[in-house]
Amino acid sequence: MDQALVIAAHGSHLNAESSTPTFSHADTIRATGAFSEVRESFWKEEPHFREALRTVDAGEVYLVPLFISEGYFTEQVIPREFRLEEWDPELWDSDGTSANSATLTAADTDQTVHYCGPVGTHDSMSDVIVQRAKSVTDDPDVGDGFGLAVVGHGTERNENSAKAIEYHADRIAEMDRFDEVEALFMDEDPEVDDVTDFFESEDVVVVPLFIADGYHTQEDIPEDMGLCEDYRDGWAVPETVDGHRIWYAGAVGTEPLMADVVLERAADAGADVSAAIEQVRGESGAGSAAGD
Amino acid sequence: MNEDPVDALVATAPDGIDFDGLRVEESAGGYTFETPAATADGLDEAALRDTAAEDPHVGNWYFWHAVAPQTDARWAFLRWLEGGGDQPVPERYEALADGLTTEWGQLRVTVSLDGPAGRSYDLRHVDDAGTPADELDAHEAPLDARELAKHDDDGAYRPLKTAPSLRTGWQFPDLGAADVVEAVHAFYPATVQNWHREREGELDIDHWHETVERQTGIYGVVRTWDRGEGYEHVNWVAEACCDDSQCLKRREWDYDEETELDVDGGDGAFPCREPCSLVIAGARQWTKLEGEQSQTYEFELTPSEKEQVEEIIDAVADGRADDIREADVYDGANRYRTRFLRAKLFDDDGNLAGVETDE
Repeated sequence: MDQALVIAAHGSHLNAESSTPTFSHADTIRATGAFSEVRESFWKEEPHFREALRTVDAGEVYLVPLFISEGYFTEQVIPREFRLEEWDPELWDSDGTSANSATLTAADTDQTVHYCGPVGTHDSMSDVIVQRAKSVTDDPDVGDGFGLAVVGHGTERNENSAKAIEYHADRIAEMDRFDEVEALFMDEDPEVDDVTDFFESEDVVVVPLFIADGYHTQEDIPEDMGLCEDYRDGWAVPETVDGHRIWYAGAVGTEPLMADVVLERAADAGADVSAAIEQVRGESGAGSAAGD
Repeated sequence: MNEDPVDALVATAPDGIDFDGLRVEESAGGYTFETPAATADGLDEAALRDTAAEDPHVGNWYFWHAVAPQTDARWAFLRWLEGGGDQPVPERYEALADGLTTEWGQLRVTVSLDGPAGRSYDLRHVDDAGTPADELDAHEAPLDARELAKHDDDGAYRPLKTAPSLRTGWQFPDLGAADVVEAVHAFYPATVQNWHREREGELDIDHWHETVERQTGIYGVVRTWDRGEGYEHVNWVAEACCDDSQCLKRREWDYDEETELDVDGGDGAFPCREPCSLVIAGARQWTKLEGEQSQTYEFELTPSEKEQVEEIIDAVADGRADDIREADVYDGANRYRTRFLRAKLFDDDGNLAGVETDE
């Protein structure tokens, strides 16, 4: 039976660039030929979550949320809008960062849907954050003498929002690659505003764990960190703040290696995509998958 | 799929063929090859091949069974593009030789023959019907349509794909059958599938009430606007958002299964099956605003000033404000006229006629 991939992303009514990483990763995966069809779908744009499956001819679908954390969107909105009526968050049996997949039937199309955890809490996301640090410094060996800040939205309404950030910060710290690794947040302590207080290293790479560049990553965070007075003036990379060189990476979701995480999610749910994974990792400069 | 149509016909004859006026059968006495114009019986394979090679019915049969996508909605859409298959094949092929044109929203699709068993599709904006090809940006990849659909001719972002603001100036001059459906999907997602479901009597409509009941999170508040006290507010929403001037989908959802809205649903080719995310986002804001109690304010306006306020609201609502000529002081929504009204009637805090807004 044909196997299709559907990527579920937030999208935006206001920002034209919100969908760009989704299109770009979908194109990368399409080019591997691993799926008979690859479709993008959105909460705020079209094709909407409600109508995406009916545009897919395959009987079996891998549904991967291009979201950072497990919570409201992955546990309520996406299953409801895709009409996965048998869904129960217990099926993922997740502690907030350990979602895998659940196999369900879509009520309106009868397709078999392997509903995967979000890209943001997959282990390989740690590799994408490191890759983002390599890209922004243009140094494949970046680490020695550098600090790394992983920045999340953070919100008191959803404790999982912070968990995903801390999870990857801990995993990257264990790699012993960077001198220091910190998890920082926009809306809760420790706050990204005080980024230079948290690092001894003169050089600090700042990687926001966001899917797309937009208001938060291109206006809020740069201003809050003091990279600029007004985001419209732009900033240098690196930009000097309080005696530190801040290498601000922009949204991690724009990194080409993100396509690999989408594929890893589908692979974990049973899709035969190992050749595609090797191809994507090769093209995006990440080399072979390590550790798993 | 790259097989010769006549080879394919001979291979399929034992199963029988009956399509668009073409009938082929194999029996003990040889092959039968029948079209509305002629019937030949008792043919051997060589004679069948000779007869088939000259007949447009054969390429037509092959296109619809081996070239066109076979899934129901895509196939039906491609059929519809050439008149639904009602016209006899020879006449249809004559028409296709010149190109058959259909409109789908603001898309103009022209299908032409590409050999006896092929089709080529030209896709462009309806307003570019007469624009010479060398003045249009030519595209080959159907997914380029995703980028073309993002911004209007003024460069503004289009959050609603079916808004009647598709940019002009582009062309897909030579798409194949599968690719033209992909491009249409990228411009107007899921419209082909919903149109097909509607034709089959299977369109799953979610009316206002059901859609609002489903909302949670920051949109959950919309449920409180739906108090079972009539549906006038939903008429206003549909008039504001779903009019043909704002969206090319034909609204098929109503207040609920029993209660039709009083506003016209529009004339679009493809249906709208539930309030979209833009309608829900608007409704969330209106839920908050409509929760306010009305107050009595006293202003003094000349009759012309009252009319001018009405003209300004009309001009903004109809998207006409940017089109009013700078020196056209006869139009109430003209910028100088509006600035004069503000200079005369607003106090330093921006209050109309100096009357403060009571919260």
